[in-house]
Amino acid sequence: MERTQLKGLNTKFQKLKSFGVFWVLIAIIILAAIIEPGFLKFNNLINVIRQIAINGIIAVGMTFVLLTGGIDLSVGASVGVVAVSVAMMFQKGINPVLAIVIGLLISAVIGFLNGLGITKGKIVPFIMTLGTLTAFRGLALYIANGSPQSWRKSGVDIKFIGQGDFLGIPIPVFIFFVVLIGAYFVLKYTSFGRSVYAIGDSREAARLSGINVVKTEWIVYTLSGFLAGLSSLILISRLSVGEPTAGEGAELDAIAMAVIGGTSTSGGIGGVGGTLIGAALLSVIANLLNIIGISPFIQRIVKGLIIILAVLLERKQRRAKS
Amino acid sequence: MLKMNHISKIFPGVKALDDVSITIGKGEIHALVGENGAGKSTLMKILSGAYSCDCGDIVVDGEPICNSTPAMMIDKGIAVIYQELMLLENRTVAENIFIGRLPKNKFGMVDYKKMREETLRIQKELCLDLDPDAKICELSVAKRQMVEIAKAMSRNAKIIVLDEPTAVLGEAELEGLFKILRDLSKKGITFIYISHRLKEIFELCTHLTILKDGKMVESGKVEDYDVDKLVNRMVGRDMSDIYPAKERHVGEEILHVQNLTRKGILNNVSFSLRKGEILGIAGLAGAGRTEILRAIIGADPIDNGNIKICGKDVKFNSPKDGIKAKMGIVPEERKTQGLMLKQDIIYNTSISSLKKFGKLFLNTKKEKETAKYYSDMFHIRPGNVYTITQNMSGGNQQKVVLSKWLATKCEILLVDEPTRGIDVGAKQEIYNILNDLVKKGMSIIMVSSELPELLGMCDRIMVMNEGNMTAIVDAKDANEEMLMSYATCELAV
Repeated sequence: MERTQLKGLNTKFQKLKSFGVFWVLIAIIILAAIIEPGFLKFNNLINVIRQIAINGIIAVGMTFVLLTGGIDLSVGASVGVVAVSVAMMFQKGINPVLAIVIGLLISAVIGFLNGLGITKGKIVPFIMTLGTLTAFRGLALYIANGSPQSWRKSGVDIKFIGQGDFLGIPIPVFIFFVVLIGAYFVLKYTSFGRSVYAIGDSREAARLSGINVVKTEWIVYTLSGFLAGLSSLILISRLSVGEPTAGEGAELDAIAMAVIGGTSTSGGIGGVGGTLIGAALLSVIANLLNIIGISPFIQRIVKGLIIILAVLLERKQRRAKS
Repeated sequence: MLKMNHISKIFPGVKALDDVSITIGKGEIHALVGENGAGKSTLMKILSGAYSCDCGDIVVDGEPICNSTPAMMIDKGIAVIYQELMLLENRTVAENIFIGRLPKNKFGMVDYKKMREETLRIQKELCLDLDPDAKICELSVAKRQMVEIAKAMSRNAKIIVLDEPTAVLGEAELEGLFKILRDLSKKGITFIYISHRLKEIFELCTHLTILKDGKMVESGKVEDYDVDKLVNRMVGRDMSDIYPAKERHVGEEILHVQNLTRKGILNNVSFSLRKGEILGIAGLAGAGRTEILRAIIGADPIDNGNIKICGKDVKFNSPKDGIKAKMGIVPEERKTQGLMLKQDIIYNTSISSLKKFGKLFLNTKKEKETAKYYSDMFHIRPGNVYTITQNMSGGNQQKVVLSKWLATKCEILLVDEPTRGIDVGAKQEIYNILNDLVKKGMSIIMVSSELPELLGMCDRIMVMNEGNMTAIVDAKDANEEMLMSYATCELAV
């Protein structure tokens, strides 16, 4: 008994040890601390996490989608639709709580539609969500008539969502961690989580093992849409304006975070813990480059290289293991 | 012709090959036999250049080869035809044969005319008759194999390795393949033949080499061996006691299938299964055997028919429904349909019975204990339940699939080619497991292409031919010739 427990611990340690990106993150944090001792200050660290919270929430949903072997390109467009529609409901004087609930519903419906096309219409996820990405961005631009929607005159104030604190922790960070921890437990300790991995591993094996593949995938895409809506709410409350272009490119950031964190785009491997590390790595490097005053254009180049290097590193480790 | 001297290969934790030496003469059909994990595949991967060996050397035609790469070995005339064929499904026969070195015309474009002519020329040499413009996905598995052989020949292969070429062929298709191999070997082509079907080795091969646990046991002419001697050398036990004694207590009818029909695939198939019984399904590839199992459990939709479990009508829209009604399926394709290969033994054991491990959150401790329980019961190796199933041998993978269904406490188990690609030792273990299960009151339907297996394990055997049931016979009154004639419909009126 004790021996198998030891084996379990050993396996866990092995997992961490082989998780190269984690050590890269640690190395970069140390590097940042050496270059700029202020980096490790609580406030700066909270700031770093605050930066990752908005896209990080989307990345959690994306991780679910990628684990099933799918992809969701429409999340950025969902952010845009929710941003303008909630902002315009505020303008019209609709109860802010109701507006927020409707906003979240809208994003969930977008995800639900993706699920419909992918499971019932049997459309490849890439194509289905490319379609909804294009259409819903168009919708956001159309209903906002192409311009940012401010609700200053309506007297609604939801700044606390984006800028407030709870026990000294910024609310966005708090929400991010609630989502992240929730997702971690769902993936690891529920039947639904097991089904997500199973489908990414082999759809047919999952089906023959009694998993409801359609239902699981449908929920996953709905969840991904919903989390995009949640992220959008935090975004607009920080900016106090709903822009139709909000969240442009957010899908790519989310994919990058998940993939750097070791989630395989072919499904079945990875998890939200890795996504946190991936998100943190991107954010810490951006913060470090800012501190040493490197052009934001160069930062993009660095980000691109990290994505590629992270996947190479992971593949190399997996090969070494097998 | 080919010598591999003192080859050793070490993988992390395993010595896959330990000082193996093998000599193969020109024109031989040389069988490489041994249990799974004996090192056959590793040895062939070294020969193909896919792996490098840690020590030892390879000599082809008197010429030593160092630091081999796959391209280099192809150049030396060595071709490997893997069990999973390496063909481009959506390209034509001609394109597949010339892939990687398509003939070009003077504009640097692909010269389709020349390619087609060359394809026909090679086919003529092999006495093959395939349309060079047919797409691979339109061909049967047997024909695809012919394309692979033609591809090897077009590259002037002198040594062709065949890894389990017959695992997916019906008996009738075997003869065609064997004829081609014999003809080619007369022309001086050398074959290395890997198969778990011992019968074939005696029918086809001239020489054999036995591997066991990464070491070479012995090598010699096939005529000096018989099945018992061969099995004995491979695993150290006799073939005669490979099937467990049948002590069956067959009870009342548990499953009743009436007029099961799927257009173009199954026609009015009716049969019943009783408690504690193994019902076999025999037939050639494509006869509808797998489809019966899939239709019963709800994996494929049916057009007509009626299924009763314990006298009650049931209708399944998905395997989930079938599993709820206490069924389980061990699919033909273990790796893509039976297991989540990226996950460990625990995960794969509990995946179909997660409800038993907690309503909302799973009790992972109980889950692990359950996996451990079946792992110990079936002697699954390695014993560490955190092992990723991808890294396990076929026999042990199959035991994990069986654990999955036992964990659901299923009562009707549908098994499809349960011992395909599994070595003799592990086969026997699977047979014992299945036998114990029916003794404890489970009912099993077993599809197999290996007739001795059906005769050795089943109480009754039904025979399929092109979607029709041609016979149901008691196993004790049946023999291979009889089943074969029903399967090919020679007896049917």
